Amino acid sequence: MHPFGFELCELPPQAESLRSEVREFLRAELGEATPAQRAGSWGGFDPEFSRKVGTRGWIGMTWPKRYGGHERSALERYVVLEEMLAAGAPVAAHWIADRQSGPLLLRFGTEAQRQRFLPAITRGELSFAIGMSEPDSGSDLASIRTRAERVPGGYRVNGAKVWTSNAHRAHYMIALFRTHSDPANKHAGLSQFLVDTRSPGITIRPIVDLSGSHHFNEVVFQDVFVPEDLRVGEEGAGWMQVTTELALERSGPERYLSSFALLVELIRAVSKEPGERAAVALGRLVAHLATLRQMSLSIAGMLEAGQNPNLEAALVKDLGTTFEQEIPEVVHALLGVEPTSGSGTDLQQLLGYLTQQAPSFSLRGGTREILRGIIARGLGLR
Amino acid sequence: MLADVVARLFTDRVTKDLLEAAEQGQWPTSLWETVEESGLTVPLVPEAKGGAGGTWRDAHVVVRAAGRHAVPLPLPETIVASWLLSGAGLDVPRGPLTLAPVQRDDALTLRRAGTAWRLSGTAARVPWGGAAGHVVVVAAADGRTMVALLAAGSGRVTADLNLAREPRHTLGFDDAPVLAVAPAGDHIPANAIRLYGALIRSAQMAGGLQYLLDQSVRYATERRQFGKPIGAFQAIQHQLAVLSEQSAAAGVAAAHAFRAAEGGDARFEIAVAKIRAGEAAGIGAAIAHQVHGAIGFTYEHSLHFVTRRLWAWRAEFGDEGHWAAELGQAVARRGADALWPDLTAR
Repeated sequence: MHPFGFELCELPPQAESLRSEVREFLRAELGEATPAQRAGSWGGFDPEFSRKVGTRGWIGMTWPKRYGGHERSALERYVVLEEMLAAGAPVAAHWIADRQSGPLLLRFGTEAQRQRFLPAITRGELSFAIGMSEPDSGSDLASIRTRAERVPGGYRVNGAKVWTSNAHRAHYMIALFRTHSDPANKHAGLSQFLVDTRSPGITIRPIVDLSGSHHFNEVVFQDVFVPEDLRVGEEGAGWMQVTTELALERSGPERYLSSFALLVELIRAVSKEPGERAAVALGRLVAHLATLRQMSLSIAGMLEAGQNPNLEAALVKDLGTTFEQEIPEVVHALLGVEPTSGSGTDLQQLLGYLTQQAPSFSLRGGTREILRGIIARGLGLR
Repeated sequence: MLADVVARLFTDRVTKDLLEAAEQGQWPTSLWETVEESGLTVPLVPEAKGGAGGTWRDAHVVVRAAGRHAVPLPLPETIVASWLLSGAGLDVPRGPLTLAPVQRDDALTLRRAGTAWRLSGTAARVPWGGAAGHVVVVAAADGRTMVALLAAGSGRVTADLNLAREPRHTLGFDDAPVLAVAPAGDHIPANAIRLYGALIRSAQMAGGLQYLLDQSVRYATERRQFGKPIGAFQAIQHQLAVLSEQSAAAGVAAAHAFRAAEGGDARFEIAVAKIRAGEAAGIGAAIAHQVHGAIGFTYEHSLHFVTRRLWAWRAEFGDEGHWAAELGQAVARRGADALWPDLTAR
């Protein structure tokens, strides 16, 4: 009866030997990182680190060798990813491209685009940002208004994108623009483009988050020229492409590991002889963690089998972000330490960082409400 | 394949009338006979010993379906009991079996009496303690973990029921004769009854949650208010999305624990499954009732056959708090830096 299901996935033996390799690499690379730095894993933009990851062959792992990929399985990629995130590695400079932009080009890009961009991505030398939301379009993505008008040789773009993580550091942005207006069908007339972030006419302004950090940007396009050969896929096919891309954004272990560093520090804080109350709270969190990992692995298994686990990904993301948001609450209730920023113990700073970041967990990559709508559609209710 | 056979059998046979009769204390003889003849009670017993020679994967399919259909038989208990017996090299008697002791603080004492063995002590709230022909006990003796078989009638029976009106009898053994006894098989810990009891309850709860989801989605598309199906309202849609998440989480946790049981030491996964499925049961039952409104609160409606079981099962063989305390202590003892390596090794 259900439109979705979760088969257990068993990792192959070669994935486990790869795991030890990755661990050894991360031990050497991240030796001195503090817990708060580790918790910032995906925010950490470190081109030097990304190049090293590329050298190890851990970017574009599943892609064809002719594009610099390594033709390994989705499950091996999963192992690398979960090890990176659990250790809190600074992955932002390569993994947006690894997760979304590269697969998008593999699926919908031209041969020339693949040859031009994919090998550099796999070397960890080319980083991407994602231009979707606009000042008046967040969850209602299809209502975007930034226009790409046909001009000789390409398109002229006018409008603005917001919440564009790392636009100030990424080389390219894959952006969704309106190439045609049809008030009766807002899902039609959208197209995706590869945009060089240094193109004339682009202004990138920081949007500082509530903790004072700068990851987000507003990107304003003023008569920006984008050559025709940098359109990704057919003109007007953007909505279908972008929903495919969002499923990739929702399916991974990043959707339940954001607060993992704090769980580890909680265990350290309650010591080897926790009281009953602490043990119960800890056991419950570990039960959720272990279950989420199996669910997430199951999705990796579906991807490996060539299935399209959109619904399962929405479901695990909602459960996973709820779990991530709960950890700071549990730590607050059990330990009663003040969350701090810039002073205090490692644990206090980590709690301070995650307390402030937690609201974003159920916003980024599709809000909780959007995900539940997707699930309800899967249940046949919409 | 097995799943289809089991689903068809339970859909046909476990009717509302049968469930109501079972609540009145009527033992469904014919259903039991069919289940037993189909080999569903002994998936984990080798064929050479009269079993179905299957795997824990097969056992999972049967136990989950038993939960989904609220099968009023000690079928999951018999699956574990027959596995314990055959694992100890003992013969498996026909008829329904149950397990003791169920409660953490109940201790049963095995002692030698000449060449025979005797059992003493009280086991409270034994599932189907009256209907089952035999009781399988795990207890320590001679410094090892033993599996013992007793006739259910060899103890004093004090009848009681759980919330779903499933028999939960207290059995008092007073130097009761033991029919057969042997050292337990490999990987069988001293708390095996509570542990494997928790395993079957987690899969039963996962099956029950699937039923709640199916029924609630169906009801939400049929029931109309304000001129449209209530499932068209976002408030209902989001509750059903949460129910589907809880159902999926319980299902994965239980399936993972059964897979671990195949490999031997499943203590971590079983604790995880009982905690996760138990929490899902509480949330899921609440949502199913909210979506069904007042009609789901009546005895006339069938929803309660499953929701009352979920409320009972989550407390049986150790509730979430019990297993979370054990799991939390084990994780803390291993230390902060062992969590990730331990988790990824499972």
